[in-house]
Amino acid sequence: MLLEITDLQVFYGRIQALHGVSLYVAQGEIVALIGANGAGKTTTMRAVSGLRPAAHGRIRFDGEDITKLRADLRVRRGISQAPEGRGIFPGMTVLENLDMGTYARRPGREQRQQDLERVFGLFPRLKERRMQVAGTMSGGEQQMLTIGRALMARPKLLLLDEPSMGLAPMLISQIFSIIKEINGQGVTVLVVEQNAQQSLSIADRAYILETGLIVTQGKGRDLLADPAVKAAYLGVA
Amino acid sequence: MSTGERLQAIDLRRVRAVSGMRRWWSRLPRGTRFAVLAVVAVLLYLLPVLNPPIITTPDSDFATVLFTVTTYCLAALGLNVVVGMAGLLDLGYVGFYAVGAYSVAMFASPSSSIATKYPWLVCVPIAIALSMIAGAILGGPTLRLRGDYLAIVTLGFGEIVRLSAVNSPGLGAAAGITSIPHPPGALNGQPIFSVLDAKPYYWLGLTLVFVVVALVRNIENSRVGRSWLAIREDEDAAELMGVPTFKFKLWAFAIGAAVGGLSGAMFAGKQGFVSPDSFPVLTSVLFLAAVVVGGAGNRLGVIVGAIAVAYLPERFRGFQNSRYMIFGLALILMSIFRPQGLIPNRRREVELADRKLDEVGVEVNA
Ligand SMILES: Nc1ncnc2c1ncn2[C@@H]1O[C@H](COP(=O)(O)OP(=O)(O)OP(=O)(O)O)[C@@H](O)[C@H]1O
Ligand SMILES: [Mg+2]
Repeated sequence: MLLEITDLQVFYGRIQALHGVSLYVAQGEIVALIGANGAGKTTTMRAVSGLRPAAHGRIRFDGEDITKLRADLRVRRGISQAPEGRGIFPGMTVLENLDMGTYARRPGREQRQQDLERVFGLFPRLKERRMQVAGTMSGGEQQMLTIGRALMARPKLLLLDEPSMGLAPMLISQIFSIIKEINGQGVTVLVVEQNAQQSLSIADRAYILETGLIVTQGKGRDLLADPAVKAAYLGVA
Repeated sequence: MSTGERLQAIDLRRVRAVSGMRRWWSRLPRGTRFAVLAVVAVLLYLLPVLNPPIITTPDSDFATVLFTVTTYCLAALGLNVVVGMAGLLDLGYVGFYAVGAYSVAMFASPSSSIATKYPWLVCVPIAIALSMIAGAILGGPTLRLRGDYLAIVTLGFGEIVRLSAVNSPGLGAAAGITSIPHPPGALNGQPIFSVLDAKPYYWLGLTLVFVVVALVRNIENSRVGRSWLAIREDEDAAELMGVPTFKFKLWAFAIGAAVGGLSGAMFAGKQGFVSPDSFPVLTSVLFLAAVVVGGAGNRLGVIVGAIAVAYLPERFRGFQNSRYMIFGLALILMSIFRPQGLIPNRRREVELADRKLDEVGVEVNA
């Protein structure tokens, strides 16, 4: 098991956001975490990457208990997150942002060039814009940049928080096929989404989160066919 | 055009205008740039000798004013590490300036309670080290706080340092410590640094400003500088890249404090005595005004800010009494019309625009 979360509880002050979430991600999988606004998806991601402490429960990664590990050390273990929304470094150029992705690894020149080519292969737009100051890019471009930057860390586990947020419909299916492609290159992916249709169709397995609890889990395509899921998350009556 | 796009367009244009000047400068041949800088440096050293009309201060000793300006420049450069580079708001910076000054006073003065009578030159590294430790002591428990909370705690720190001095007989209490020795050196049997002539102090101060500028510049371009930049732009994202944010924030505090301590040590060596009155909260505010008005994150900017804060009131003595009112007004006007400062940092400008976008809450459109 690459990632294993057991009975995770997380608080913001006195507000409890997660009430005992358990889930796992096996090596090589794409796992989707789906839920409405405020369900606790981002909170789960932040707990895995170490931005938010776990009040209770355990997080194991790659055979090691990382529940108490500092966030920067988790990056070194191979966890890399593309944060939600506008999580780029606004004053840095695209290239500088991508270089921040390699901060923990300190790759040599050749390695860096290779990684850049890989990211530019997935997102040609970033290559065109590589000298642009990231804060002046469009929302969709910033979204691509956070994903590209996370990939520069060469993670074992890639955490994606709403990668399709705010993208035009054409770009959405494109981003999901890119996620599939990244996964094909050997990266395990945990993706948080509100776009259930697309994420369920690429996910091996999926969890549905409601107010801090996992209420349903199963194979991606099984959930796609589940009438309850259809009603609640796919907008099909 | 949506609000967001309009904001982006405006800010992009502004960024281009500033980088235009920068590009012009960086495109000059290396030799030309070096020559210009050398001439400027020589002129700066000659200032108190030339006593240029208009620039010189009619009501007070010009060299003394110039020396004060260099101590403000040092303080602003140090505070800029914390505020401008790492993006941490520190309202108690005068505390480090005081620690530096008191360190020199305690270790050098024969009339202090420990009276080790170390020479001034030995006391300076001690002052820097103690200031750094003070920075780490303040940072350790407080740097987990963010934004406004940090500002309030640091504000308290500045006052704690001053009040500790007032209430400690060992630190000279309210009267302070006198007979602090001057920096060493003699020429033709006459001491170089004395109360009679402030020029050597100015030259020493100016030299230190150049040294600190060079050091800070190197740090900015290093991995440490990049870590600070990332923390300032988006602390969560920095953490997600694997930046040990707490460690680097602590370093920012310690390095900033060291430079502040150096500034205080210079002040004590020139003044010959220190007392708690020299370190009021308002001095912290003046230091911060220098950084913010000049342009946080920009070395040249904060130096210009320090000059404005330390020199203008001396040049125009008539304003001496309304000095704080004028600076307060200037700060308010600046934060409305030019929040990025007189000579802004290119990146910071984009960061400000970006924060504005967050506040406007624009929809993210591809
Ligand atoms: N900084 C915070 N302080 C207090 N409460 C918070 C904070 N961040 C999140 N919460 C609360 O925790 C709960 C879960 O939030 P979270 O951001 O994890 O939701 P989400 O599933 O990611 O939602 P969305 O789809 O809108 O991104 C919400 O009720 C939210 O109000
Ligand atoms: Mg979220």
